[in-house]
Amino acid sequence: MVERAELVDAIASFALFGDLTGPQLEGIVHLFEETVFSEGDKVLRQGLTGSAFYVILDGEAAVVVDGTERARLGRGEFFGEVSLMLSESPIADVVATRSLRCLMLAGPAFESFLVAHPRVMYRMLQAQARRLRAANRWRS
Amino acid sequence: MAELSAPFPPGDYPILVIGSGPGALQTSYSLRQAGIDHAVISADPSAGGMFRRWPFFQRLLSWTKPFAPVQRDSRAYERFDWNSLLTDDPGLRAIQAEFMDGTSYFPSRPEMEANLAAFAERAAIKIRYDCRWTATRRLSTAEGERFEVETTDGVYTCTVLVVAVGVAEPYTPPGIGMEHTHHYADVRPVESYADRRVLLIGKQNSGFELATGLLPWARQLILVSPSRTRLSVDTRSLVGVRARYVQPFEDHILGGGVSVLDASIDRIERSPDGRLTARLRRSDGGADLALEVDEVISATGFVCPLQDLPDLGVGTFGASRLPIQTPWWESSGVPGIFFAGTIGQGAKGLQKHGVPSNSGAVQGSRYNARILAGHIAATHFGWQPERRVLSAEAAADLIAAELADAPALFHQRAYLAQVLSIDPAGGFRDDGVQPLAHVLDAGGADAVAATLESDGTGAIYPVLYTRIGGRIVEQAIEPDALLRYDSADSRRVIAEIVGRVSGG
Repeated sequence: MVERAELVDAIASFALFGDLTGPQLEGIVHLFEETVFSEGDKVLRQGLTGSAFYVILDGEAAVVVDGTERARLGRGEFFGEVSLMLSESPIADVVATRSLRCLMLAGPAFESFLVAHPRVMYRMLQAQARRLRAANRWRS
Repeated sequence: MAELSAPFPPGDYPILVIGSGPGALQTSYSLRQAGIDHAVISADPSAGGMFRRWPFFQRLLSWTKPFAPVQRDSRAYERFDWNSLLTDDPGLRAIQAEFMDGTSYFPSRPEMEANLAAFAERAAIKIRYDCRWTATRRLSTAEGERFEVETTDGVYTCTVLVVAVGVAEPYTPPGIGMEHTHHYADVRPVESYADRRVLLIGKQNSGFELATGLLPWARQLILVSPSRTRLSVDTRSLVGVRARYVQPFEDHILGGGVSVLDASIDRIERSPDGRLTARLRRSDGGADLALEVDEVISATGFVCPLQDLPDLGVGTFGASRLPIQTPWWESSGVPGIFFAGTIGQGAKGLQKHGVPSNSGAVQGSRYNARILAGHIAATHFGWQPERRVLSAEAAADLIAAELADAPALFHQRAYLAQVLSIDPAGGFRDDGVQPLAHVLDAGGADAVAATLESDGTGAIYPVLYTRIGGRIVEQAIEPDALLRYDSADSRRVIAEIVGRVSGG
């Protein structure tokens, strides 16, 4: 367990929150919920409704589609946003590959959070653009 | 130190339960129902746990309706009575309602304490009081790992340790000048705040509870925390400030003198002449503030008094330092240590649509404790509960009836599930109520699990999960405003889903 001030320091170094002021970062630590998963725990479940948005504080998670691992996510990376934006169930499991500590924002609070934090939305868009570019390079 | 005639003297026991609040009482009662020998110790002098002292303004947030649409001695009444402990004995049911004096459907703190004390007495729950847990050790023995628990009365050893000591240790976060604050737990008699300017740190229920109580007394009230206030009537769940504490918020939006600010505390300073100034950094984009006040109260919550368990390998997380747990409320780091009562909220479950379990309150944790007792009895002591085998038709009937009536599913939405699995000899085996996260992830025989869920829109609707060939599929059933999930229409949908699992 870490104090909230340490969480603020931790997320200040994440690209997603790179444009925010100290008080805004404190607001995020208050709004999001710290949550921990043990190795093997599922964080997102493919096909199940009602998921959330996660930012990894520590640890590592695997993105698994139909039983096949497709990617690994680590500190500072985030997941769950696509299904929330599209109001669809996740198309992958996200599974903790070792102890995983995240900040979690509940699905119903996601849209209003992004609208209230346009710089976070822009950073998220950049990350999605990078993923899209990588996918297009892979295809071509 | 406990009297010599007190039960459970120091020694060796299969299970040691620590606590005497609702979680410990329910666990002990349910272990006894399974015939499992155990000891219960508590640092307190009587039953009741945190309700011996709190809430500060002496009234609970969880209701009990003395008059409800169902009989008071029925299981279904638990849906309307959030505070009584669970029993199959109609004579022990719904004790809380006996103590309600009609002034509110939220019991007063003394009424809740009386409810718990009456349950302990009538159910003859034995507890060694005034026996404080002071240290814990892991022992490796020829029979496997055991725990040695040091107390003010002597040393206990056990195979299974159940910690049910609440989320009860006042917590004030570090910060410059926080020594000038006093905690919720140390609030003085309300009259002493007359004509005072009071800054309350924290905008959750405890902060708004204090603000509500101080409304007739304080000259000025300022509530502050970095994130926006959420109200349960907006989130359409128990997330956020409960309806009965919303009055300070209304006062704020109507400009009555209460201020609700989105800001963090930069520092609190006391000048040589005794004046107290709180410097705030706004998180809503507004200019920083310096407020002169007379009192600063820290409504910043409580943490789990886990003693030295973290040194043994019990990991913790979050602002309340909750232990990291499996879906069965067992420490992820130290197998054999389980958590009952409100500490069990560390087993988060799925939190679908942002709706948490009710494990942080009696209405939810009482079901967890009963299931936990059965789980410990089955996995550590060879207890085998009776499991009915049902035809597909009877399985559908059972699911429909439970969705309409089962209070465990009602109170622990998307968290506890009624499970029926395919029996190798044919038909469905009634596996009882289990944590949904376990059902979804553990694998096993083809099965169907039924839950009630809500999604923040106000609807409460059934969801059936099928596991066929290891693959989980979720199917929601249309909400019914009167929760009539045993109707012919619902029954037809349920039978169709059950038929997929049985291959019929």
